[in-house]
Order: sequence, then C-alpha cells, then structure tokens
Amino acid sequence: MTTATEPTAERTTGDAPLVELEQVSKYYGNVRALEGVSLQARAGEITCVLGDNGAGKSTLIKIISGLHGHDAGSFRIDGEETRLAGPRAALDRGIATVYQDLAVVPLMPVWRNFFLGSEPTKGRGPLRRMDVEFMRRTAHAELRRMGIDLRDVDQPIGTLSGGERQCVAIARAVYFGARVLVLDEPTAALGVKQSGVVLKYVAAARDAGLAVVFITHNPHHAYLVGDRFVLLKRGAMAGHHTRDGITLDELTRQMAGGDELDDLRHELERPEAAAPPVTADADEGRPRS
Amino acid sequence: MSTAVQAAAAPVDERLLRTSPLRRVLGRPELGAVVGAVAVFVFFAFAADSFLRASSLSTVLYAASTIGIMAVPVALLMIGGEFDLSAGVLVTTSALVSSMFSYQMTANVWVGVGVSLLVTLAVGAFNGFMLTRTRLPSFIITLGTYLMLIGMNLGFTKLISDTVSTKTIADMEGFPEAKAVFASTLTVGGVNFKITILWWLLLIVVASWILLRTRVGNWIFAVGGNEAAARAVGVPVRATKIGLYMGVALAAWISGQHLLFSYDVVQSGEGVGNELIYIIAAVIGGCLITGGYGSAVGSAVGALIFGMTSKGIVFAEWEPDWFKFFLGAMLLLATLLNHWVRKRAEATK
Repeated sequence: MTTATEPTAERTTGDAPLVELEQVSKYYGNVRALEGVSLQARAGEITCVLGDNGAGKSTLIKIISGLHGHDAGSFRIDGEETRLAGPRAALDRGIATVYQDLAVVPLMPVWRNFFLGSEPTKGRGPLRRMDVEFMRRTAHAELRRMGIDLRDVDQPIGTLSGGERQCVAIARAVYFGARVLVLDEPTAALGVKQSGVVLKYVAAARDAGLAVVFITHNPHHAYLVGDRFVLLKRGAMAGHHTRDGITLDELTRQMAGGDELDDLRHELERPEAAAPPVTADADEGRPRS
Repeated sequence: MSTAVQAAAAPVDERLLRTSPLRRVLGRPELGAVVGAVAVFVFFAFAADSFLRASSLSTVLYAASTIGIMAVPVALLMIGGEFDLSAGVLVTTSALVSSMFSYQMTANVWVGVGVSLLVTLAVGAFNGFMLTRTRLPSFIITLGTYLMLIGMNLGFTKLISDTVSTKTIADMEGFPEAKAVFASTLTVGGVNFKITILWWLLLIVVASWILLRTRVGNWIFAVGGNEAAARAVGVPVRATKIGLYMGVALAAWISGQHLLFSYDVVQSGEGVGNELIYIIAAVIGGCLITGGYGSAVGSAVGALIFGMTSKGIVFAEWEPDWFKFFLGAMLLLATLLNHWVRKRAEATK
C-alpha cells in the first residue's frame, strides 16, 4: 500500500503546492483556536488533518474555505499570498469544501442540490431561467460516473444515505472544476461499508488530479488514503509526517495522544486484566469455527 | 401514460417505473390544500343555494384575491424560512402614504402612488436588513416593525388629518386612471370581476416562475431549507432574504393601492390581524412553517379556501362569527394532511 502511493508523492514534489499554510494562527477574542499551523496541499495528493475534538480542525477548514480570515502567518494559493473574502471567493479560486453535516439542503431534489449556487441558465432578461433539463441530465450522469446510480434525481436529497450525500457533494465539487477539495470528516457518521464507499471517491478525486485536504479523527481512514498527515492538538501542530515517515500504529498512537492513551489504559485497566487478556484472535476465530 | 413520457426523456432508469404517477401527485406541496378546497366547495355548494351562482363565485374570488395577493409573497418568504408579521399593517401604511402624500403635497395621485411604492419597499428592505444584520428571529424583528407601523399609521394620520381616517382624494387628478388600474371592475360574459383577481393571477404566475425556474428560486428553497449549506456553496443568503421581504412589500403596495382606490379614504387602524391570515393561507397551501418547502400555487389555493369559507358562511346565512372557527379547523386539518402526505412521499426511497 505504501509503495503504491509513493510515485504520486514523487511526481508532484517539484510543483508549488496549490494551497499552503505557514505558521497560521487564529484567535477568537482571547481564545487561541489555532496557532502556528502549517500545511501543504498538492495536486494528486491527499493531505490528512488529524485531531481530536477541539484540536482546531474546524477552524482550519473555515480559514481554507474562506469563512474566516487568519490572524497571523501566511496563506498561499498557487504560491501567492491570499486573504479570501468569503466562500464564494474560495470557490472561484478552485477550493471546494464539503461539510460533514451542512453539505446539502435535505428537502430539495438531488439535481437542485447538485447545482446549488452555480445554476446554469439559458435565455435573457426576464426569461433568464435555469436550464432544468441540462441540470437533471448532468446530475444523473455525473453521479453515475462516480458510481452512484440514482433512480430519480427528483427525490429529495434527504432520502439518500449519509455516504451517498457525501458522494453527491464530492461529485459536485469535482464537476465544478475544484482543484482543491476540503473534506470535513466525511466518514465520521458512517458505517464501515459506507465509509469505504466514500474513501473510494476520495481516492478517485485524487486520481483525477485534485489536491485533497481530508479532515478526520480516524487514523485508520486517514492512513488508507493519505499521503501527508498533519496532527493537530489543542490548536497547535503536534506533528507533520509523510506516508513513508510513519506507520499506522504510530499515527494512531500520536493521534490518540500517545502517553495520554497509556494513562487512560492504565486507568481503565480491570483488576483481572492481569490474567490472559481477551485478544483479537478470539474474535477472528469465531466466524471460522 | 407516464412510462411513454419518461421513455422519451434522455437517461431513464428502469427503476423509475416504481415511482407511480399517484406518488408524484402526492409529493406536491399543494395537494392538501386542493383536497381541502374541493371539500369546502362541495360543502358550500350543498349548504348554500346561492353559492354556485356566477355573481357569488365572483364575490368569492374577490375575497380570495385580496388575501391571495399577499399570501403569494408571504409563501415565498416562508419557503425562505422567515415570517413577516408586519405585512398586514404595511398594506395600510402603503395606502396612507399614497393618500396623504397626494392630498398634502401634490395635485396628482400618481405622485403619491410612486412615493408610496418607495416607502413600502423601504419598509420591506428595513425588515430584511435588520434580519440579516442582527440575525434575530424574524418573528421578533417583524413584530417590532408591526407595532411601529401601527403606531405610525395612527400617529401620522391624526397629526396630518386630525382624524383617524384620511381625506377623500376622489376629486384629484389621476384618480380615475389609478382606480382603473388598482380597483376597477371588469365585466366578462355578464359577470363582474374585480381587477384584483388579475393582479393575483399575475403574482401567482410570476412567483411560480421565480420559484421553480430561476436561480433565485433555487436560492429561496435553499436559504429556507438549510441556510448554512446555502451560504457554504456561495448562495447570496442576505440578498435573497432582503429580496423576499421587498417582495412582500411590493404586494403590500398593490394591496394598499387597491384599498385606497376602492374607497378613496383609508382608515388608519386597518390591517391588524391580516398578517396571520396571509400566513394561514400559505400554511394551508403546503408551506412548511420551518421553511424550505411550499409553493405559490398552494398559497393561492389557501386563499381560495379562505374566500369560499368567509363568503360561503354569508351565503348560507349563518352567523359570520363561525368563520374564524372554520378557518382554525381548516388550518389544523390542512397542516395534518400536509404532514402526512409529505411523510408518505418521502418514505418512497
């Protein structure tokens, strides 16, 4: 798995990153939400941002997607120092953000959601109208291309499963020519199978040449697809690794807070834990026997 | 029938066949209102002998149109997720401004009509601006506007006219033309129809067009259905909401001018309570009280139910006091039906 993605990393190391944060900080009043965080997102790479609740992941997203400005440090798009005026400006620069819970409008049909905010029109003056046929057809075709086969693009998007909704949002971003895709915990509320489906599309977006920023608190999901790993802890950088520089176990340990996890394990230790522990073997053995 | 139509469309999924035409009809927001309207119509057709006469129907349509003109933009506003409690008294404000400006400042009523349009739109813009700036609930903001307008309607009228009503402007220049536009009666096939019915139909068509076929319509559904998501994909949430309030103001101006030119004097205390009737019409018509769902046609059917009930009770020679009872019962039934229908429709996946 590691070797499979290495060429990707090598291929793009020469280019300037599409999005680069350097020592970026953000304060809400006297609360330090983010301090000295650096991150690079390159085309054809997946940069994972890992952190626990309150680590500053949402703040980081808000800065990249143009919802908030940063207070210190430098934020570069295509190597050029930038301050985004809003989400629209971010979109215009090719940065699309897919939020975990606010990605879609549940009561609206799939096709209306797909084109929301960037509806294609035809006609002029008072007759300027949405090209509904085109929108229906394109939404259906684009989703099918991503492997989501809807029987009816007129159904409210709220009737789709969580994974499908994430995929619609990703397909939308890809269709509208996003160069940088920011994914906010796309697998957080999903089951194992649904998560797998979403991760497949994340990889598909990478293969399509997008720079992906994948925010998650699940090191297993991150390690499946990630090329770089940025660890956040209480608003500050807790580590920055490339794929060949870290193992899943180490990533999991750092993510969980390393020593803190050891403490926790100690605290939760059962009195009888001294006896032979219940191991993974027992679980694995069950279906076979 | 539907299979033939669908086969002609581009990429068709064979599973589409499972969505029956009945299901599609059940999915329409105005279904509950249409069923209710038919029931009310049949009921009064039997209960009141004179109900089916052309002149009676014209009276019913007139009553429906005066509510419907306002219910259409109020429905759009509700789809956009907001209320406007000031809509009822804004109609009176609009009529008062028009009348008093004409009487005091100029010899031509059209000047007053124009000034009234500006003032009314400004009030709508104020509502929208306050809402989007302060992010307070629209209930509070427009309740504030509502009270301020009631006070100003009475206060300014007393200050200027020394009574609670305006002076007649019937002898002023431009009055006949303005009356023709806002308050005339048209005769079609021997039956008299008020011109407000035409204004109402025009508003339904324009609002439906905006809602279903334009980008702005998509934005209205989105800001009401999930404001944060709409903002995140670049929908101009603020402009959409301010625009919706100004749409209500525009309709209030049309209503206000109708009020003025039908009676040529305006009572400054009028309009209180009407805001709830507009909201009721929109809700009966299938608008979700939480926003994001509804239709302009639905609000029209809601207004029609209102017209049929209010006049039907008179034709049936009952105590008019019962009207409010019927309206309340209708509101509950329609909302329950809408709720049930939507659940059924959404359970199709």
